[in-house]
Amino acid sequence: MDLKEKLVSSFMAFEERVDVHSELHDVRTAALKNFENKGFPSKKEEAWKYTSLNAILKNDFTVFPKQENTVQYSDVKKYFLHEIDSYKVVFIDGIFSSHLSATTHEGIDVCLMSSVLNKPKYKEVIDTYFNQIANKEESLTSLNTAFANEGAYINIPKNKVADKPIEIMYFSTGSEAALLVQPRNLIIVGENANVQIIERHQSLNENAVLTNAVTEIFAEKRAIVDHYKIQNDNLTANLIDNTYVSQKEESSVAVNTFCFGGNLTRNNLNFYHFGEHIVSYLNGVTIIGEKQHVDHYTLVQHATPNCESHQDYKGIFSDRATGVFNGKIYVEKEAQKTNAFQKSNNILLSDKATINAKPQLEIFADDVKCSHGCTIGQLDETAMFYMQQRGIPQKEAKALLMYAFTNNVIESIKIPELKQRITKLIASKLGVKMGFDL
Amino acid sequence: MLSIKNLHASIGDKEILKGINLEVKAGEIHAIMGPNGAGKSTLASIIAGNENYEVTGGEISLDGEDLAELAPEERAHKGVFLSFQYPVEIPGVSVTNFMRTAINETRKANGQDEMPANEMLKLIREKSELLEIDRKFLSRSLNEGFSGGEKKRNEIFQMAMLEPKLAILDETDSGLDIDALRIVANGVNKLKSDKNAIVVITHYQRLLDYIVPDFVHVLYNGKIVKSGGKELAHELEEKGYDWIKQEQEA
Repeated sequence: MDLKEKLVSSFMAFEERVDVHSELHDVRTAALKNFENKGFPSKKEEAWKYTSLNAILKNDFTVFPKQENTVQYSDVKKYFLHEIDSYKVVFIDGIFSSHLSATTHEGIDVCLMSSVLNKPKYKEVIDTYFNQIANKEESLTSLNTAFANEGAYINIPKNKVADKPIEIMYFSTGSEAALLVQPRNLIIVGENANVQIIERHQSLNENAVLTNAVTEIFAEKRAIVDHYKIQNDNLTANLIDNTYVSQKEESSVAVNTFCFGGNLTRNNLNFYHFGEHIVSYLNGVTIIGEKQHVDHYTLVQHATPNCESHQDYKGIFSDRATGVFNGKIYVEKEAQKTNAFQKSNNILLSDKATINAKPQLEIFADDVKCSHGCTIGQLDETAMFYMQQRGIPQKEAKALLMYAFTNNVIESIKIPELKQRITKLIASKLGVKMGFDL
Repeated sequence: MLSIKNLHASIGDKEILKGINLEVKAGEIHAIMGPNGAGKSTLASIIAGNENYEVTGGEISLDGEDLAELAPEERAHKGVFLSFQYPVEIPGVSVTNFMRTAINETRKANGQDEMPANEMLKLIREKSELLEIDRKFLSRSLNEGFSGGEKKRNEIFQMAMLEPKLAILDETDSGLDIDALRIVANGVNKLKSDKNAIVVITHYQRLLDYIVPDFVHVLYNGKIVKSGGKELAHELEEKGYDWIKQEQEA
């Protein structure tokens, strides 16, 4: 039985286990049907031309892990931003871990999705937001929706500022030879509310993992959301991240993706505008090697006038690594005075590394400023010579230059401790210990 | 200190240096002048080890040691410094951090321990005062958004920090207003000792009013065609380079 058949046939058992009477039943059933019709995406589809899931899907994935696994905080402390206090929503093999988490219902909601999906008091919120911005046609998103049960639920009400960052953490322990997890996050940020979120998927050993995550973010009027995705997983881990952002007027949402690890990573990042004077930021730093594969697939749907979007993706590829950047900017007829910018700058450090960069601009308004720039190059020789001339050896000079290359994205990190962490991660990825803390 | 014998170099198929001979002793200041395209910057680059040029003949040695096989950083570790005509911008790396890395890499290569932090701070303070550089400037990203003058002043600050044996200043006066020129020249003069040497590469005589050379050489068409004392610089200023060209073509 292949994975698709296995998933479809286990759906009924899954629904029995969660709550078949819930109104979500219809949503799940429709989603499963869409997945059943479309199946896993293949390279025949334009959107998946450069990324193949075939090899991964051959694994005999366990769809529901059998038991709850315990993990000691001391074993996983390093994955948290432990230098500062934070709210934590932590899952182990897809199951909520209360002892590793620090949730709250005081003023803001930071808790687990399963309890929200089942409690009557959240029914209205679920009806209003759940699966509302996620793409119902996209088969992997549908697959997640069909089995949506667990993940993080964050609700920052009107005029509230989350007093500390929220960490959403998914660990896989490798107790199964191969595990499929499908986290579902719902993030609602009310009018004038403000939140910083860090999201990470981390496997704790070398067993195969496939994560098919869906995150819906709703930013109400003047809300400010900073979302950081740290992707530094083992080489046996695969991640398909589907993130959908809905923005109302004057809101500002930044999604920053730091991608260093994993075997295959696909980031589907989608922004939809519903109101004027919206600002969206999509930033990414990708540093990969060996046979790693990272695919950034972005969409910004400009539907309303006077909005801005800024995309800035930096990629450094060595060995036989492959990268994909597909950035789509869609400016509807009504979206006059749109400012939409997109940059994808890439450095190839080896002859065998490849990057496929494809900007797609579809503009139907006539008074807009849109630009895109994709560059693919090697390190600047003059800059190398300059640094070597000052006594900095070639290897360190290279690392410094690559760090400089990623700098403007690093600068956009608003949590200083996180910025320091990412900087150190980058230094270690570049294989150097600098004479100072970068 | 620096000895260049019959140096030939080319980039691609084009021969740029066609037999340069130059002897620079400790304690001396040499000026290399010449029209655009004569090969002045090429010569500077080659001494510093730029691999874009191919040395096709002759030799360069520093204190008797052949530099041919040494990488740019190895030459730097031995005391060669090149002040760039166009310094490179390195975003995200502050002037201070860049200097700290450069100094400690040099010390490491020479078998010394890293410079203690307090010593480093003291050195930075001393040298930034010498070049009248604001401390705030030092925490900015290296050369990023610096004016032409600031870049040049920063180059000489780096020279002051690294205390090279042989400093080559490539068109350091370009982009400097008269006040900045005076500060930079004053800095260079203070760094001068009987143990080091300076080679000033310039198109104009202006800088040489402040950094007074012991010897002036005229580079034309890949060769040193005339050498003399500082009065040669004045002669060039008056007569221009056409005089040299005519003499050569005659």
